[in-house]
Amino acid sequence: MTTVSSPFYNDEHRAFADAVRQFTENEITPFVHEWDVAGEVPRELYKKAGALGIFGDGFDEQYGGHGQRDPLLRMVMFQELSRSGSGGVLASLLSNYIGLPPIQKFGSDATKAKYITPCMTGEKVAALAITEPSGGSDVARIKTTARLEGDHYVVNGSKTFITSGMYAHHFTTAVRTGGDGPAGVSMMVIDGDAEGVGRTSLDKMGWLASDTATLYFDDVKVPVENLLGEEGAGFSMIVNNFNAERIDMAAQSTAFARVCFDEALNWARERETFGKRLADHQVIRHKLVEMDRQINASQAWIELLAWRLAQGDDPVAEIAEAKVNATLTFEACAREAAQVLGGASYLRGDTVERLYREVRVQAIGGGSEEIMRDLASRQLGL
Amino acid sequence: MKVVVCVKQIPDPADPGALDPETRTLKRDVKLILDESDSYGVEMGLQLVDNAGGGEVTLVSMAPNNEQSGLRTALAMGAASATLISDTELIGSDALTTAKVLAAAIKDQEPDLVIAGSESSDGYTGTVPEMIAAVLDLPSVTAAKSIEVGGDAIQVQRQTDAGYDVVDCPLPAVISVTAGVVEPRYPSFKGIMAAKSKPLDEKSSADLGFAADAVGWAGSGQEIVDVAEAPQREAGEVIEDDGEAHLKIVEFLENLKVI
Ligand SMILES: Cc1cc2nc3c(=O)[nH]c(=O)nc-3n(C[C@H](O)[C@@H](O)[C@H](O)COP(=O)(O)OP(=O)(O)OC[C@H]3O[C@@H](n4cnc5c(N)ncnc54)[C@H](O)[C@@H]3O)c2cc1C
Ligand SMILES: Cc1cc2nc3c(=O)[nH]c(=O)nc-3n(C[C@H](O)[C@H](O)[C@H](O)COP(=O)(O)OP(=O)(O)OC[C@H]3O[C@@H](n4cnc5c(N)ncnc54)[C@H](O)[C@@H]3O)c2cc1C
Repeated sequence: MTTVSSPFYNDEHRAFADAVRQFTENEITPFVHEWDVAGEVPRELYKKAGALGIFGDGFDEQYGGHGQRDPLLRMVMFQELSRSGSGGVLASLLSNYIGLPPIQKFGSDATKAKYITPCMTGEKVAALAITEPSGGSDVARIKTTARLEGDHYVVNGSKTFITSGMYAHHFTTAVRTGGDGPAGVSMMVIDGDAEGVGRTSLDKMGWLASDTATLYFDDVKVPVENLLGEEGAGFSMIVNNFNAERIDMAAQSTAFARVCFDEALNWARERETFGKRLADHQVIRHKLVEMDRQINASQAWIELLAWRLAQGDDPVAEIAEAKVNATLTFEACAREAAQVLGGASYLRGDTVERLYREVRVQAIGGGSEEIMRDLASRQLGL
Repeated sequence: MKVVVCVKQIPDPADPGALDPETRTLKRDVKLILDESDSYGVEMGLQLVDNAGGGEVTLVSMAPNNEQSGLRTALAMGAASATLISDTELIGSDALTTAKVLAAAIKDQEPDLVIAGSESSDGYTGTVPEMIAAVLDLPSVTAAKSIEVGGDAIQVQRQTDAGYDVVDCPLPAVISVTAGVVEPRYPSFKGIMAAKSKPLDEKSSADLGFAADAVGWAGSGQEIVDVAEAPQREAGEVIEDDGEAHLKIVEFLENLKVI
């Protein structure tokens, strides 16, 4: 967001940020309310985003990716897209970034070519299916089973809260191939059109533009080559994947907090009460400064963490803490922006109204605040 | 097909800065960006080359302070190379001088077609493309909304108030393109990375054979004598609907002779 005055960004980051900003202004922001009402993002947008290179960070060039992983490029990209003020659009558009990395890291060449390539151009969409009706925080206890029968697995069970679940062409799915606990968990790619895959749509409080589903697997045959890595290696893959998802979510939350601030600031400068601008009332000015203060702190921290990731460091505890910090910042800013806007913030179609509803999923999805604190406490050896 | 596209690099219109009180020109000491008006010409050039199945788009720009970022944007869109003319002698050049300098840089490249914007977003004189054509002694077609190539001639649809003219024109030629007629592509990640290593040739006015007193303030016959604020738009007329409002609106439009 502050690409000009940060030491972390180079000319390419800035140029890409400019392109994504234009793309967001022209192709996304004017339509976010329409897409909320429709309950989905038009599929054409995926192709336009693919041409721009939105999906490629961290994927091999031969499959259409950038041929590099650049956490800072990813940060400017997520934050520029977030200026649209719709987490639902981002969740839907960017589900590739949670569904594909395990394939990139652990899939065979054939699996990568088959599943990554069409996602890079936006023709297909990947989803990540971990959470089950029985719970999402305790990943080691998933119940969906995969039984090996000759050259394929037979999968039975159910997944829920799956982003892009209604539309995705394939699911990177956590299954139990072994006994209880983390050692029995594996990851495999399940085709959305395989026989025995069922989907039902979930009606949500926010992220309305994003299709979210419960999935049912009823004797679904999955070829053995769709297993990612070894049997039993799934748990560490999931944990590994979460780390990137969390800094991405922290980047979005911080950017959404900034959108709330901008909305409040513009309003406070224009709206007059008691004969002066809202911004001239000290209570309102202090609200704005409190918002700005928290956003700046969060922004500085996540940029530093992205830079550390780029150096090969793996600051798990701090990323978990920064996600908590970012979602609390977002929560505070959505609240205060709503207070500054008054009744206007309660009308459907208003940006702050939408973001206010989207706070909760940022604070729960991808590892809830409680789970993030718990993870950090264990990492810190408390 | 070899297409040269003229691109002006201008202060960001979202943050345009101020006029120099002495020269009454826009201060250009800030970061300059690709003039959006020229992104249409770049897109048009890239499409023509694609359709021709070969050739390339090259860019020319005259800008202060060795500014490259607007050129890099156009290179990231897909242009093959760029020439930047920049030196302190050029400060103060008027539109004709600008056209002479650009023409000199274009001539060296022997293009089939030269494309420019109809008017820039900052200077706005809308004269440079036609003056380039005059200097190079090439035919000029203005306000193009589409260009079709056939052999060594082109057919241009030229926007008019009533519709469009169809103009046949031999090549080489200078065409100015109206903003909004094509959808400029976004510079993609791959384009941005590729642009880093594309050739960008920097030249001075002397390299192009201009004496110091032929360009800049000294070489420009034009002077900006006064600058005035644009008048505020006057408030419109509010017609309250008492059931007869549509008649008043019709009358209003009839008075304007628009219906
Ligand atoms: C006394 C005086 C001093 C001036 N000093 C400066 C100065 O210091 N710096 C400055 O930039 N301008 C200066 N200008 C503006 C000057 O007229 C030209 O730089 C300007 O480019 C041409 O006019 P325009 O912008 O109205 O172009 P238009 O004719 O409106 O532009 C049409 C198209 O021509 C092409 N074009 C125009 N200018 C350029 C360019 N520089 N490079 C590549 N393509 C171009 C573009 O494709 C553009 O879309 C000065 C003008 C005057 C009268
Ligand atoms: C809109 C949306 C989209 C989603 N998209 C996806 C997706 O694409 N793929 C996917 O796999 N999942 C997805 N999720 C699921 C999400 O990751 C889970 O909701 C999340 O991990 C929490 O799991 P749960 O809802 O089952 O809560 P539970 O695990 O049942 O926990 C309930 C509450 O208790 C708290 N809690 C749990 N354990 C502890 C503890 N030890 N100490 C203290 N507090 C605890 C948690 O913080 C939580 O708030 C999505 C969720 C939503 C709402």
